[in-house]
Amino acid sequence: MIEAMEQKIAHVVQESLPVIQIRHLYKSFGANQVLKNFSLDLIKGETMVVLGKSGSGKSVLIKCIIGLLKPDSGTISVFGKNIPDLDHDELDRVRAKVGFLFQSNALYDSMTVRENLEFPLRRHWIDLSKDEVFSLVSEALTNVGLADTLDMMPAELSGGMRKRIALARTLILKPEIILYDEPTTGLDPITGQEISSLMMELQKKYHTSSIIISHDMKCVKMVANRIAMLIDGTRYACDTYKALEASDDDRIKQFFK
Amino acid sequence: MKTNYLKDFLNDTGEVARFSVRFFKEAFKPRFETTEFLKQCFFIGYKSLPLVTTTAFIMGLVITMQSRPTLVEFGAEAWLPQMISLSLVREIAPVITALICAGKIGSGIGAELGSMKVTEQIDAMEVSGTNPFKFLVVTRILATTLLVPILAIIAGAVSLYGGYLGANIHGVVSWDLFWNQIFESLYYGDVVPSIIKTFFFGFTIGAIGCYMGFSSNKGTEGVGRSANSAVVISSLIVFIMDLIAVQIADVLKLT
Repeated sequence: MIEAMEQKIAHVVQESLPVIQIRHLYKSFGANQVLKNFSLDLIKGETMVVLGKSGSGKSVLIKCIIGLLKPDSGTISVFGKNIPDLDHDELDRVRAKVGFLFQSNALYDSMTVRENLEFPLRRHWIDLSKDEVFSLVSEALTNVGLADTLDMMPAELSGGMRKRIALARTLILKPEIILYDEPTTGLDPITGQEISSLMMELQKKYHTSSIIISHDMKCVKMVANRIAMLIDGTRYACDTYKALEASDDDRIKQFFK
Repeated sequence: MKTNYLKDFLNDTGEVARFSVRFFKEAFKPRFETTEFLKQCFFIGYKSLPLVTTTAFIMGLVITMQSRPTLVEFGAEAWLPQMISLSLVREIAPVITALICAGKIGSGIGAELGSMKVTEQIDAMEVSGTNPFKFLVVTRILATTLLVPILAIIAGAVSLYGGYLGANIHGVVSWDLFWNQIFESLYYGDVVPSIIKTFFFGFTIGAIGCYMGFSSNKGTEGVGRSANSAVVISSLIVFIMDLIAVQIADVLKLT
């Protein structure tokens, strides 16, 4: 009885442990100070939206989390490891568990859809057999509803389809955390909504935690558990959609108009 | 303004040097991207072959036809094979091959890597557990360094064949006599330095193309600029290196 309770408590504690913990993050480009003392926690299983104006440093923030940019100071702990301190191999091991959906999709133009999806698999999981790779690629494509595009080139696909393939490529390694950089930007409202629902559906299926950068309020309302407002390079506020929508603060209100 | 140009130039030179040092550091460390390297060899070598051989053939033919009247005037027509063999093997074939490769391969690499950079494909590669420098840059520079010399050797042979045809348009030189004269007039000191310099040409074309692509920014305009600079700068460096190579060969008494 006591053992069962202890296990339950341990489970709850583990569930509420932050998988990403950012503390006092500073990043500047020349004289332009983009992030100033930014702190944030992402709890396991949570969907956090980072909301801010264009050029406010949202993309810089998630690029720092994945190690594409090095912060000037501060710590970014992902699964307990401080990203700026990691060497290339350690960083690769963390990256295998963190997916990144690029704003421009970043599909490799010179490769077919199949090769695009196989690329991260063959790189991170070197020991996979041909059959295993094929079944994982098929599963990922079925998940996004595009099983018949296997041998097409990215240039032959529509904007929405490209976004789905990019999502499939991000999900193929079954990451525990996914970072989305403006997933619905540049898509029509209907396709945008489809992508948002797909994101939610896959989130539930694979129990991932995610940070989403967006200023598409429809998408934000649909997917966010919590919203962090990035204003003037710092975390201005962090709360649920409802709480922020009801806020009296003018700088917050302008996003919810 | 002038100081800015100078500063930019020195800055770029330093960056290219750093880029080249990084190439040597990364090229000999595992993991080796063999498949991508072979793919690049196919694109760089095989796909450039028709253009290189056609140009070399025409150059050989034209140079022979244009040299002939002067030699005839001095009654030295019999020296025609010797003369063209030296100019074609020592100078024309390596430099023409390098310039064509700078135009075709250098611009291609600059544009391809440039567009990969601005559409975040290089970042995507990095988060997929791949070192983009190794995968994209090392493979391409190695491929150009190894393939440009091979293309130059083929170009040399084809241009000499063009020369043979050129010599036979107005005169008569038998196949055996032509090739005997050519091989008698060529020494190792003519052939080896000309092959060695093509390795440097190949390296320059690959390194400048990759550097321009990798450092490209400002969207699609930047991609165009990368492709353009890759051609202009690598062609210029090819000429400067050729000048230096000739001086070195001269000092070493290889000429």
